[in-house]
Amino acid sequence: MEGLAFYALCYLAAAVLAVIVSQRVGLGSVVGYIAAGVLIGPVFQISVAGSGYLEQFSEFGIVMMLFLIGLEIDPQMVWRLRDKLLGLGGLQVVGTIGAITAAGIGLGFTSQQSLLFGFVAALSSTAIVLQTLEEKGLLKSDGGQASFAVLLFQDLAVIPMLACIPLIAGSGQGDSAGHGGTALLTDLPGWASAVLTLAAVGVVVAAAHYLSRPIFRTIALLGLREVFTAAALLVVVGITVLMSAVGLSPALGAFLGGVVLANSEFKHELQNDIEPFKGLLLGLFFMTIGAKIDPEILLANWSTVVTATFGLMVIKALVLLPLAWFFRVRGPAGWLFALGLAQAGEFGFVLLTIGGDRGLLSPTTVSVSVLIITSSMVLTPVLFALSNRIVIMLEKRGRNQRRADQPDQGTVILAGVGRFGQIVNRMLLANGYKPVVLDYRADVVDNVRKFGVKSFFGDAGRPDLLDSAGLAHAALLVVAIDDPDRATEIVAYARRSNPDIQIIVRAYDRLHHYKLLDAGADHIVREMFDGSVQAAGMALESLGMHPYEVEKRKAVFVEQDTAGLARMAKLVDVDTPAASNPDFVAGFNDIGKVIENAMMGYRSGYDEMVARGWNAPDAGSIHVPKSAGIDLPS
Amino acid sequence: MRVLVLFAHPAQRKSSINTAMATAARALKGVTFVDLYAEYPRFSIDVDREQRRLMENDVIVFQFPVFWYSTPALLKQWQDLVLEYGFAYGPQGKKLGGKQTLACVTTGGSKSDYSDNGGNRRAVEHFMYPLEQTATLCGMDYLPPFVLYSANHLDDESAQHHIRSYPQLLTALRDDRLDLARVRTLPTFGSSELNDLMRN
Ligand SMILES: Cc1cc2nc3c(=O)[nH]c(=O)nc-3n(C[C@H](O)[C@H](O)[C@H](O)COP(=O)(O)O)c2cc1C
Repeated sequence: MEGLAFYALCYLAAAVLAVIVSQRVGLGSVVGYIAAGVLIGPVFQISVAGSGYLEQFSEFGIVMMLFLIGLEIDPQMVWRLRDKLLGLGGLQVVGTIGAITAAGIGLGFTSQQSLLFGFVAALSSTAIVLQTLEEKGLLKSDGGQASFAVLLFQDLAVIPMLACIPLIAGSGQGDSAGHGGTALLTDLPGWASAVLTLAAVGVVVAAAHYLSRPIFRTIALLGLREVFTAAALLVVVGITVLMSAVGLSPALGAFLGGVVLANSEFKHELQNDIEPFKGLLLGLFFMTIGAKIDPEILLANWSTVVTATFGLMVIKALVLLPLAWFFRVRGPAGWLFALGLAQAGEFGFVLLTIGGDRGLLSPTTVSVSVLIITSSMVLTPVLFALSNRIVIMLEKRGRNQRRADQPDQGTVILAGVGRFGQIVNRMLLANGYKPVVLDYRADVVDNVRKFGVKSFFGDAGRPDLLDSAGLAHAALLVVAIDDPDRATEIVAYARRSNPDIQIIVRAYDRLHHYKLLDAGADHIVREMFDGSVQAAGMALESLGMHPYEVEKRKAVFVEQDTAGLARMAKLVDVDTPAASNPDFVAGFNDIGKVIENAMMGYRSGYDEMVARGWNAPDAGSIHVPKSAGIDLPS
Repeated sequence: MRVLVLFAHPAQRKSSINTAMATAARALKGVTFVDLYAEYPRFSIDVDREQRRLMENDVIVFQFPVFWYSTPALLKQWQDLVLEYGFAYGPQGKKLGGKQTLACVTTGGSKSDYSDNGGNRRAVEHFMYPLEQTATLCGMDYLPPFVLYSANHLDDESAQHHIRSYPQLLTALRDDRLDLARVRTLPTFGSSELNDLMRN
């Protein structure tokens, strides 16, 4: 027990420390975890005793990640991305396998070993890339969507790859196969293991489909949260055990299980329950990778590692770039895509480990390969930075390759036609205005275009695109994008380059409201505010309040809240975080009190405001004209 | 006869006499009761629907408290929008011709306030003149208003009496039992006169 607590302490401390530092430096959490692993492994030599035992745990991280990816599979989205998924993803995998296998054979490896290297290299890091894209707000951009599609294809491709390794190994160095030995599969001939694979997959699919629902429903009826969590974990662990028993990849099974459960009513419950475990265990997985880095092997092979890492990334990028161009992911999106996916990924570790267990690769080769993958993953932030550089360079040169359309000049510019912008767009169109619409999702632009709207593809956050949309002469700019920081930048830029333009902008929350005010917006609409007031009104109406009374109360509430917002504006200093600005805190507490009073029954103020002008006069007051009170003209 | 009640009151508290009258009227069969402030809390009146309702009924009753010698704002908005040229008036209009209209109003002022020597210097029917002339222009049959004075300080009994009389008035209109000839001889009428004005 003491030992366990000690290891937990070391692992958690190293993780917390390294991840904080790495996030601060901008390298992302994955690099942080790997660094933490290096700390406890090679540096402080703590893990040697503990890691083998933790490794088993950590592999659940990968299994859970695939389960969650499976859960996320939305048929509509897959359908929308089908070209990129199958075409781009498929050609990328095949192309990379081909290139790397050829390179491997050229370097003197056997064809089986080279093929395994090809498999490993064809996969990019879903964990790192998705996280980075999300953090940078690029997931929905064209480059981001293409990356997502390809990553999804790769994650699917892992499944046949895993099934293939026994076949490759079986036909190759048969003598050393089976030294791992617990699994059924290793003793069978290749064809039989393939059959068994399919049978096991069938079991998982059938069980997930038919068994899971009644069980989840029963548990949900019991109302015991932690039992549900336990059941969710049970699904993943159960799949893992079953798959391991037949010698198959648990990740594969988990992914399938996830897909089958994707449209179940318990999807979100499952996600919420598994997510924290996945996060931690995936972290642990990366830590064990870091801990396994053997400094001796690294020192002995550092030049190989450096050249191979570089070579790997160059080959991957060279396969990705022309494919992207061919699939119309060009310009900035193309570079983001090609460089963002140029590293190898976590599944590479899994494949290498199995390859090692099967005797396909020597332990040293496995270690060196792991080092290569790790360095390519660690370099991912550099790749993203590089793609950013290239994009800026391209823009400076300002000509070819620029995929963004050249919009017409207009008096109204609408940035963003998502759910928010679309409404604005429709209202403007219905009233005879033809806004110039900018959006960075090509499919959205194409759709809106079908309805005869002048819309242009491009990132509205890019100054040159706003300029060519006619910012200098436009009368009105509506910023309806959902990225708060970018919206603020657009407003600030627009205000600088056209002092007379009217700017209406969508705000994320109060603080964003103030930032936008500071940036020079004229009218700020809190994106959730009107809808929420609407819902509150409906609530009052459903509780029996007269609709006109509801209308009055809504009006007063909006008035009061808006006034409070304006009062606070004077206290806000957008560069100081709200919590460390004493004036702001005091002011906010003040508003809080007003609201609290209104909520907790001291509502006289609010009620009075609602009642003003609608109340019947006090008894008798209307009799006043009897010449006493009011002076009447004679 | 089909009766349509158009009710306008922007502050329907429980204590309001109009709310009690409305509750009684709403329960009647053969009477279509419309709470205008409930249907159009944002004043965006559905003109086609309102015109259709007018066409479907023979007697149009306006029920409202007198606000500044006139109708509450939404009822004025209703008149402005619904009584369209080509529908209510004009060469192709007069679609409302022959329908009876009746204003059922409550006032804060007392009966004596509404007299030549009272604070309001006129009887209440004079303040209804815009409504009367509007109806006349549209070719409608305008009846003298049904009035409740001193609506803010009634004793319980007279309040109850008025609340009971109102549905009786509406059913009498529906069943054509109101002696219209006699009603027309009066400037206004109230719940105390109602019994004498019924035909049996
Ligand atoms: C804005 C406003 C204006 C009013 N103007 C008048 C008026 O001009 N003459 C009058 O007699 N009463 C006037 N009153 C009094 C209302 O007519 C009286 O409160 C109402 O008829 C009572 O009905 P209730 O109990 O259904 O609200 C006014 C009341 C309000 C709120």
